[in-house]
Amino acid sequence: MNQKDYEQLQTKLSPKTPIGLNVLKAFLVGGIICTVGQAISFFYIMNFDFTERTAGNPTVATMIFISLLLTGFGLYKKLGQFAGAGSAVPVTGFGNAVISAAIEHKTEGIVLGVGGNIFKLAGSVILFGVVSAFFVALVKLILVTIGVTHW
Amino acid sequence: MFTSFIIAFIVGGLICVIGQLLMDVGKLTPAHTLAILVVTGAILDGFGLYEPLIDFAGAGATIPITSFGNSLTHGALAEAEKHGWIGVLTGMFEVTSSGISAAIIFGFIGALIFRSKGNID
Amino acid sequence: MDKGVIYFPSKPSILAAGVVVGPLEKRSVFAQNFDLVLDDERADQKTNEQGHQHLIEEAAQIALQKKKLTMDAVDFFIGGDLVNQMTPTNFAASTIGSPFIGMYSACATSTAAVIIASLLTELGGSHYAIAGAASQHNAIERQFRYPVDYGGQKPATAQWTVTAAGYALIGKHQEGEPCIEAATFGKVADYQQSDPFHMGAAMAPAAFSTINQHLKGRGQTVQDYDVIMTGDLGKVGLPILKEMLRQSGFTTKQLETIRDGGAEYYGDDPLFLAGASGAGCSASVFFSEILAELKSGRMKRVLLVATGALLSQLSVQQNQSIPTVAHAIEVTMK
Repeated sequence: MNQKDYEQLQTKLSPKTPIGLNVLKAFLVGGIICTVGQAISFFYIMNFDFTERTAGNPTVATMIFISLLLTGFGLYKKLGQFAGAGSAVPVTGFGNAVISAAIEHKTEGIVLGVGGNIFKLAGSVILFGVVSAFFVALVKLILVTIGVTHW
Repeated sequence: MFTSFIIAFIVGGLICVIGQLLMDVGKLTPAHTLAILVVTGAILDGFGLYEPLIDFAGAGATIPITSFGNSLTHGALAEAEKHGWIGVLTGMFEVTSSGISAAIIFGFIGALIFRSKGNID
Repeated sequence: MDKGVIYFPSKPSILAAGVVVGPLEKRSVFAQNFDLVLDDERADQKTNEQGHQHLIEEAAQIALQKKKLTMDAVDFFIGGDLVNQMTPTNFAASTIGSPFIGMYSACATSTAAVIIASLLTELGGSHYAIAGAASQHNAIERQFRYPVDYGGQKPATAQWTVTAAGYALIGKHQEGEPCIEAATFGKVADYQQSDPFHMGAAMAPAAFSTINQHLKGRGQTVQDYDVIMTGDLGKVGLPILKEMLRQSGFTTKQLETIRDGGAEYYGDDPLFLAGASGAGCSASVFFSEILAELKSGRMKRVLLVATGALLSQLSVQQNQSIPTVAHAIEVTMK
């Protein structure tokens, strides 16, 4: 059997990704997580000295705390299996990536294990966030300087 | 107030749908998917489009990882406006520090108190 | 004779075996034939890797106890696991203290080790050899994929790495014990599969190639066997193998002989997706269920084909395909 025939055979016999169902689950769970976030930010606005713009920071921190509990008790991976991007894309997913790596590598010590691996999964998000922000800001600065656009 | 929950649900859900499509149709790993979303958030802010989305959707726009790219850019742009070239470098983490610092601190605490468990249900 | 096919005129016997599994494997359809089910996935050790080592030591001990032997009687300890440089097996070998041959064929290690043990027995160089393989879920997942608590979505083709160790005691031919008549070291098959969450598709061609190689080399047909059992192709890989065999001329009836340990391991539980995998999968099925069937006389001749995916995290990240291999042993019972 040549490679092309085999590829056809294995594609035919492998279960298809249920894209519609996955998308629906991602939508629901992602939506619910954001709604929880919205409730938490209202909580901060009403009870503390936060505005709608500034409530984002404590909200994100609280969401990551929730992620810590769910990850530590082994629940986030079940949520992830069900929701896919629905639980990976919200900031709780970023928290899960950091926290699960930290927990996993505690057996190698807190310096080399936790310290060296905490950003094993989430590092690329930080890298690409920072690098793209740098270039976007740079381009905008150049455009403003030569007078194409303004701040 | 009720409407703001609905809008947060729908916008946040839709951003996750984009992520799911990148993974299922684009066959990307979660790491690639999240990297693309972060870059998208950063670029949208460059065009001044992400802040209006936050005003509209609240947590529906601040909770997805796209907002991380947005706030990095936002910090860089704000400082660039004030201090020029040097601000691009220094302003980046001005706005967005809470996500990363919370993740680091809770990650560390998690490592101290939890052990990984290969359970399935 | 086809390359890789080995015939053992002296018919070394599988004198006993020990199978130790983790707590989740209690749910296996093969559970009643496992010797020991641990309550703790790390066997009450500090790290996953130490728990892994403990599984191996326990399984070897149990195999020896069944024949009332001690470690001093063992001429060779042959085995491996999936952890980098197979350190759990290395440490277990240090405790066991016999001459050690470490082997790596990924999840095909169990049968590869038995083949080497049989060769040494055949040569007269070994009275008692312990051969097998093991895997521990957490230790393997974190090395090959993600941290155990990471919330990634696995596709329906993904398999669950078992926590299990299976070791067999191989000795000179003995009446009334299953014996190894022949074996085949398989060639590496690479059909350019690259999805680390779809091992079944990567490994099916290796099983196909080794089964054909063995049957041809031995001048046999499928009818000569009560069962041909692959190691861990899983619920998706097994139908792919069967379809390959069907296209090469196997009849529907002949295909009924083909079974897979990984596909059957956890029954129909959907939580385990496409079933079980891991070096301990084939070892714990072959050395428990299948040996019991042979000993009871319900099976007379079986072909055990452990299948292994020879990938590493590095090779996956460098966008290389997944080479695979399968090694077979032909076990008979008078």
